[in-house]
Amino acid sequence: MTARAETWLWIVQRATAAVLAVAVLVHLATIVYAVRTGLSAAAVLARTQGNPWWLGFYLVFALAAALHAGVGLRTILREMTPWRGPSLDSAAACASLFLLVAGWRAAIGLFA
Amino acid sequence: MSGTIEVAVWRGGVDGSLRPYEVPEQDSQTVLDVVTYIQRQLDPTLSYRFACRVGMCGSCAMTVNGVARWTCRTHVRKVLRRGKLELRPLANLPVIRDLVTDMTAFFEKWTRAKGAFVPAADAPKDFAAVRPDTPERRAASAGIECIGCGVCYASCDVVAWNPDYLGPAALNRAWTLVTDLRDAGNRERLAAIAGDAGCHACHSHRSCVERCPKSLDPTGSIAGLKRATARALLRGEL
Amino acid sequence: MSWRARNHPSYWAFLLHRVSGLLLAVFLPFHFWALSTAITGTARLDAFLDWTRQPLVTVAEAGLVVLLAAHLTGGLRLLALEFLAWPSWQKSAVGISAGISLAVGLLFLLNAL
Repeated sequence: MTARAETWLWIVQRATAAVLAVAVLVHLATIVYAVRTGLSAAAVLARTQGNPWWLGFYLVFALAAALHAGVGLRTILREMTPWRGPSLDSAAACASLFLLVAGWRAAIGLFA
Repeated sequence: MSGTIEVAVWRGGVDGSLRPYEVPEQDSQTVLDVVTYIQRQLDPTLSYRFACRVGMCGSCAMTVNGVARWTCRTHVRKVLRRGKLELRPLANLPVIRDLVTDMTAFFEKWTRAKGAFVPAADAPKDFAAVRPDTPERRAASAGIECIGCGVCYASCDVVAWNPDYLGPAALNRAWTLVTDLRDAGNRERLAAIAGDAGCHACHSHRSCVERCPKSLDPTGSIAGLKRATARALLRGEL
Repeated sequence: MSWRARNHPSYWAFLLHRVSGLLLAVFLPFHFWALSTAITGTARLDAFLDWTRQPLVTVAEAGLVVLLAAHLTGGLRLLALEFLAWPSWQKSAVGISAGISLAVGLLFLLNAL
């Protein structure tokens, strides 16, 4: 990867971090509220089913998390194992894609 | 208080071992005093570096009980562990012999980071007006006291994990030039210090800040480089 | 260099941030899978939620909440370090981060048990 591309990765990591900071705060508040008022599938779906705001929130949340985790995993593997180069970059991109698909599938599943 | 200190000193190159010596304890003794005593009184074959002996040159840097320090500015009583001292050469650098490391890679990275002043193409008409109280000059002044001793480099885990990483000293030096309004080489310099081998590999462990004998802040300088490269990239200048 | 050289607050903050990030990244696929069971109706999700009500799982969940809060607060500290350049309160920022993380974890645990 070129220095320019690696600089982009840093920007993506910090930008998604800023988005996640807001999303995680909302998520933590939701978790505490949900656990207080009784956690069940019905309670979750009552919040999310047919609600475009929650859908939008979780789509953005999952996208940011997928990108952030991918860049993070690449960094950890690059530093703590001998793996580096284009094969690692592709593997990290695949991890991001996998998380994105899994996250959006869950978000849409809770909306529909 | 008088007694003896048990000192284990690395002898050899990459392959070698710790050899034990007994050194008489004295008041206000520095680790450099201990090494000098060993070489002069016990074992003249010991190799080590020093120059000024008074904390100005950085030549005497070594690993003392696991931590990189200037031995002339380290009092034995402050670092003794159960009456023992363990002396090894600086980490993250090839060992030439005993306590002496090869600093070539350290300074070569300084060059690779474009840590040299680049004057503007045409000769200036007058002195550059550099106000000392601007944020840019304050940032530059905060980093220029580096004497290239290598303690930060030896203390950095990213240097240990990533052999290409330019390291805290080279990047700190690059930063002092990036914020110098007289310097004209930033286009090439920012390109040289960006990426996995450059400023973006720093994870702000701050071991360099902890250990720097001149209380410099390479982590802060590297953060400045991160901002500068991001700005340049977004403006299409990287 | 040894662990003595690494024994300072900013390094512990780094370790916590890296470990929490890695564990959260490993946890995330399971989290998405569990939620996606809702696609086939409430039965499978309810069964999964029942499973999580075991004390050990609840404690593990509280652990995950602490990891999430720790990664968040540690990340905010890093963003401040990189963008705001305030070096002098670094150590207190580590302490504040740790405190908030534990508080959030406790809040979860108290409500969930």
